[in-house]
Amino acid sequence: MEKNSNILNRLDWLTVLLWGTMMIMGWLNIYAAVYNEEYTSIFDMSQRYGKQLLFIVAALILAIFVLVTDNKLYYFFAWFIYGIFIFLLVLVLLIGNEINGAKAWFELGPFGLQPSEFAKVATGLALASYLNSKRQAIGFRTMLSATSIIMAPVLLIALQPDMGSVITYFAFFIVLFREGMSIYVFISALLAVVLFLLTLIFGTVPVALGLIILSFAALWIFIRNLQVLMALGVMAGAGALSYLIGHYLFGAGVDVVIVAAVMLSGAVYAWYLYRYRLKMALIIYTFLLGGILFLFTVDYAFNEILKPHQQTRINILLGMEDDPYGTGYNLNQSLISIGSGGFAGKGYLNGTQTKFKFVPEQSTDFIFCTVGEEWGFIGSVVVIGLFVVLLLRLVMLAERQRTTFVRAYGYGVFALFLVHFFVNIGMTIGVMPVIGIPIPFFSYGGSSLWGFTILLFVFLRLDAGRAEYLG
Amino acid sequence: MKDRYANRKYFIMALAIAAAAILIIRLFYIQIIDKTYRTSAANNVLRHITQYPARGLVYDRNGELIVYNQAAYDLLVVPVQTSAFDTARFIEILGIDMKDFRDRMKAAVSYSRRAPSVFMKMISSEAYGLLQEELYRFPGFYVQARTLRKYTKPVAAHLLGYVGEVDDKLIAQDSYYKSGDYIGVSGIEKSYEEQLRGRKGVNIFMVDVHNNIKGSYADGRFDTTSVPGKNLWSTIDLSLQEYGESLMRNKTGSIVAIEPSSGEILALVSSPSYDPSLLVGRVRSSNFNRLQADTIKPLFDRALMASYPPGSTFKIMNGLIGLEEGVIRPSTLFGCSMGYHAGSLTVGCHSHDSPLDLPGAVTNSCNAWFCNAFRSILENKEYNSVQEAYDRWREYLVAFGFGNKLGIDLPNELSGFIPARSYYDRYYGKDRWKALTVISLAIGQGEIGATPLQMANMATVIANRGSFYIPHIVKKIGEVGGPSSVFAQKYTTGISPENFEPIIEGMEGAVNGGPGATARGARLDSIIICGKTGTAQNPHGKDHSIFVAFAPKDNPQIAIAVYVENAGFGSTFAAPIASLMIEEYLTGKIKRKYLEDYVLKVVITPDGKEQ
Repeated sequence: MEKNSNILNRLDWLTVLLWGTMMIMGWLNIYAAVYNEEYTSIFDMSQRYGKQLLFIVAALILAIFVLVTDNKLYYFFAWFIYGIFIFLLVLVLLIGNEINGAKAWFELGPFGLQPSEFAKVATGLALASYLNSKRQAIGFRTMLSATSIIMAPVLLIALQPDMGSVITYFAFFIVLFREGMSIYVFISALLAVVLFLLTLIFGTVPVALGLIILSFAALWIFIRNLQVLMALGVMAGAGALSYLIGHYLFGAGVDVVIVAAVMLSGAVYAWYLYRYRLKMALIIYTFLLGGILFLFTVDYAFNEILKPHQQTRINILLGMEDDPYGTGYNLNQSLISIGSGGFAGKGYLNGTQTKFKFVPEQSTDFIFCTVGEEWGFIGSVVVIGLFVVLLLRLVMLAERQRTTFVRAYGYGVFALFLVHFFVNIGMTIGVMPVIGIPIPFFSYGGSSLWGFTILLFVFLRLDAGRAEYLG
Repeated sequence: MKDRYANRKYFIMALAIAAAAILIIRLFYIQIIDKTYRTSAANNVLRHITQYPARGLVYDRNGELIVYNQAAYDLLVVPVQTSAFDTARFIEILGIDMKDFRDRMKAAVSYSRRAPSVFMKMISSEAYGLLQEELYRFPGFYVQARTLRKYTKPVAAHLLGYVGEVDDKLIAQDSYYKSGDYIGVSGIEKSYEEQLRGRKGVNIFMVDVHNNIKGSYADGRFDTTSVPGKNLWSTIDLSLQEYGESLMRNKTGSIVAIEPSSGEILALVSSPSYDPSLLVGRVRSSNFNRLQADTIKPLFDRALMASYPPGSTFKIMNGLIGLEEGVIRPSTLFGCSMGYHAGSLTVGCHSHDSPLDLPGAVTNSCNAWFCNAFRSILENKEYNSVQEAYDRWREYLVAFGFGNKLGIDLPNELSGFIPARSYYDRYYGKDRWKALTVISLAIGQGEIGATPLQMANMATVIANRGSFYIPHIVKKIGEVGGPSSVFAQKYTTGISPENFEPIIEGMEGAVNGGPGATARGARLDSIIICGKTGTAQNPHGKDHSIFVAFAPKDNPQIAIAVYVENAGFGSTFAAPIASLMIEEYLTGKIKRKYLEDYVLKVVITPDGKEQ
C-alpha cells in the first residue's frame, strides 16, 4: 500500500493525462468514422466504437498492472521478455492467421492479437539493457550488436510480411544516435535514402555515372591537381572503350561497364593513396563502391522483393505514377476528406466524406481523416500539438534518468511514437507513402492500443522508480 | 559517468518539432490555401459514379464479330439522401410491387445508409427512359450505365465462357474489383479477363439535396477516365464452329480442329452445349442453376475436360515409337489370326488380310500387329528392363503433349493420364510387370486417358511430320498485340519426319480405301484425307466413337479429332463428322448432302440408342 501511494506521487501525471485525452479523442473519432444511424449508442458492443471502449478499459487495467509491478523486473527480465517475443514472432509465422496477406495475427476467440505490436516493448527493453551494459562510447562492435538486437524482430516481421511494422522498428536507431552512435552512420543512411529515391526516379545507370563523377569531384577538392581531371578523362575513355568492346563483342549491358568503371577508378584511387598518402582517397572510394553496390541492390530489391502494390505506392508518392482509382484512390479520398474540412471543420458527426465508406481502413490507419474533416485545421493542429507535447515530455523524462537503461528505453518510446505519429498522419495528407501503421491511441484496434499503452507505462513505471538504485 | 552525447537531445527534440511542422504546413496548405478540396456548400455531397468501360469485343479469325456489348442500367440508391417521394409512381415505373420495393429498400439500408448500393439491377430500357425524365422526383436515386455481353450467334458457349459478378473472396484478394463488378468466369472471358475488362474510371460530382448534379467536383481533378477493354481476335472460324455444333446436335462429344502450321484452334465444339446469351444479365443465375442441374451436363466442356482412352487411334503412336526406336520397320510383317495370342492371353481382332505390313496394319487397324509392335518396344534389348523401355515410351508420349496439360489459353484444361512406371510398380510390385501385363496400351485401352484436345494435337503432329505449336484460341489482342510468345514456340517430338510417312500412308489407306480400310465413310473425292478410327471402351454403356484426321495429305490445312460418345465404332459417326468438317473448312461447301443429312438427323442418347 505504501509503495503504491509512493508510485502515485512519483508518477508523471502530465503524460498520463495526455494518454487519457488521446484515447478518448480517438474513441470519439472512431464513433464518427463508423457512425451508423442504426446503432447510435456509442456503447453498442456490436460496433467498433463499442469494442474500442472495451479496449480502452482493458488498456487502463494493463496500465495499472504495469504500474504495480516492480520496476526491477523490467531491468532484470529484459532479455527474457525479448526472448519470449522473438519466440512468439517465430510462432506466428507457423500457426498465425493470415489477414490481408500477412501472417501477423494470433486468433484468440473473437479477437486477434498482433505480437509485433508488443515486441516493440521487448526490443526497447533489450536494447536499453544492452546499451546500459556498455560503459564507454559506442564503438563499431557495440553498434553492430545493438543493430542485430533491432534486426532480429525486423527480419521475422518482414517474413510475415508486414512492411509497415518493419519500418517502425528503424525508429530505434534514434536511441543509438542519442547513445553516441557515429554521426557518419546516419549520414550514410540519409545518403542511402537519397540514392534510393534517385535510383527509382532516374534509373541505375545515370545515378551510377553521377556517383563516379561526384567522387572525382571530391578528389579534386582534396588535391587540386590537374591529374584528377586527367584520370577522369582516362576513365571516361576507358569506360567508352570497354562499353564498345563489351557491347559489340560480348553483348554486355551498361551495368557491366559500370562495374568495370568502378574497378578502374579503384586503380586510380589506389594510385592516389600510394602517391600522396591520401587517406581520403580510400574513404571516397569506399563510399563510391558502397554507393554503386547499393544502387544495384535497390534496383533488385524494388523490382524483386517489394510487392506490386508497394511499388505502386512509392511510385505514386514520387509522382511517377498516377492512379487515383487504384492505389492512389485511398490517398485521394483521404486528401479530399481532410482538405474539405477547411479551417474549422464540418463539425462532429457532420463529416460527409468519411461517412461514405470512401476512405478504406477509416477507423484504423486513416482515422486522421475523420479528425481533419470534422475538426478542420484547428482540430488537426490540436492533435498534432498533443503529440508534440507528449514527445517533448518523453525526451525530458528520458533526460532526467540516472541510468542509461531507463534513458535508452525512454528514447525508444519516444522514437516509436514519433515514427508512428509522423508516418501515419503523413500518409493521410500525402507527405509519406501509404504505409499501413496505426497512430498511437487514436486508431481502432486492441493490439496497437495495448502495445502503445504498455510501451508508455513501462517507461512511466521506470521513471517513477528513478530514485531507486537500478542495475 | 559523464554523458558525452547529452547535447544530442536538442537535435532529437528538433526532429520532433520539425516533423510536426511539416505536417502542419502541409495541412495548412490542403485545408486552408487549396480551395479545391473544399465543397462549396455544407450540404453538398460528392457522388462517385463509376465509369464502367466497355468490355473488349471478340472476333473470329476472319474478322467476323462473335461477342459485343449491350447497354444496361443499374438503379442505385443512397438511403440517407432519400426523402418522401411518390412511391406509387416509382414502383409503377419499375414494374415492381410495394412489398418488393420495401424489401429492396431494406436491403439497401442494411448495407449502408450513406454509401450507394444497387437498388435494382439491369432495369429495362423503358424504365430507364422514364426514370431519366423524372429522376428529380426521387431524391437519392441515380442510374449507372453498365454493359452486358451479347452474341451474334448462339454458339461457342464453352470457349467464350461467361461473365459473372465478383465474389467477396476475390474482392479481398484483388483491390481492382469492387462489389458488383463483373469478371470473366470461364473460357476466353476468364483467361483474357485483364485484357478484356479495360480499366474503370470514376467521375465525382457534387449533388445537392434535390438530387441535382451541381457539376464536376474540383473541375474533375480527381476524375479518371475509363479505358475500354481490348478487342480480341480468336483463332476460331465461326462458320466452322457453327457447322460443327450443328453436326453434334443431339449427340454427346466434341470436335477439336487445329490449323497444323500454327496451332491455331479452328473449332472447339463440346456437345451438348447451350446458348451463351442464357448466362447474361438478370436471367444468368436462374439459367445457370438450371444448366448445372441438367443431367446431360451442358456446362461441361468435353473438349478440354473429358478424358477418354484413345482406343485404336493410339496405334499411330505405337507405330511411330516403334519405328523411332528401330524395333520395327515399315515392312515388318506380323500375322493375325483373329487376334493376338500369347499363352492364355488373347486380344481379339476382326477379320482382314494377314500378314500385314505397317501401313496395312494402320489401314486395317490390326490389334495383333500393334500388340506385337508394342511388345517389341517394351522388350527392346537396348534397355536393361521392360520398365526402362516403358519410361522411354512414355517420354515420347509426353513430348506429344499427352499426360500433361498442353497449356491452351483457356481455363480448366485437364491433363489426361499416361501412367508413370511407378503406377504399375504400385499395382504389380516393383519391376514385377512385363510387356504382356500392360499390353492393352498397344491398342489404346487400359489406364490411359487423353482429352479430345490432346488427340487433335496428335493429329497436328502427324500432319506436321513431327512438330507442333501449343494449341491456342486467341491470335491477336488489341490492334497490335500478338498472343503470348509461348504460342510461337515450336515443339518437336523426337520422332524423325521420315518415320511419319508409313503411318500417313496407312491413314490415307484407311480413308481412301485400301483393302480392309476402316474409314471409307470419311472419303472425299477432291481432297486426300488421312485418318484413323478408334473406339474407346466405355464401362458405363455403349463405346465411344473416335476419329482423328488431317487434310490434305500434303501441306495439311486442318487437323481434327472427333469424339461421339456412345456411338459405337469410330467409323460410324466420328469419321463422317470429321470428313464433313474438313469439307466445310477446305471447300466451304458440302457436296455430300446425303451424308450431312444422315449425321444431322441422328439422335444418340446416352444409352446408345439411335433415333
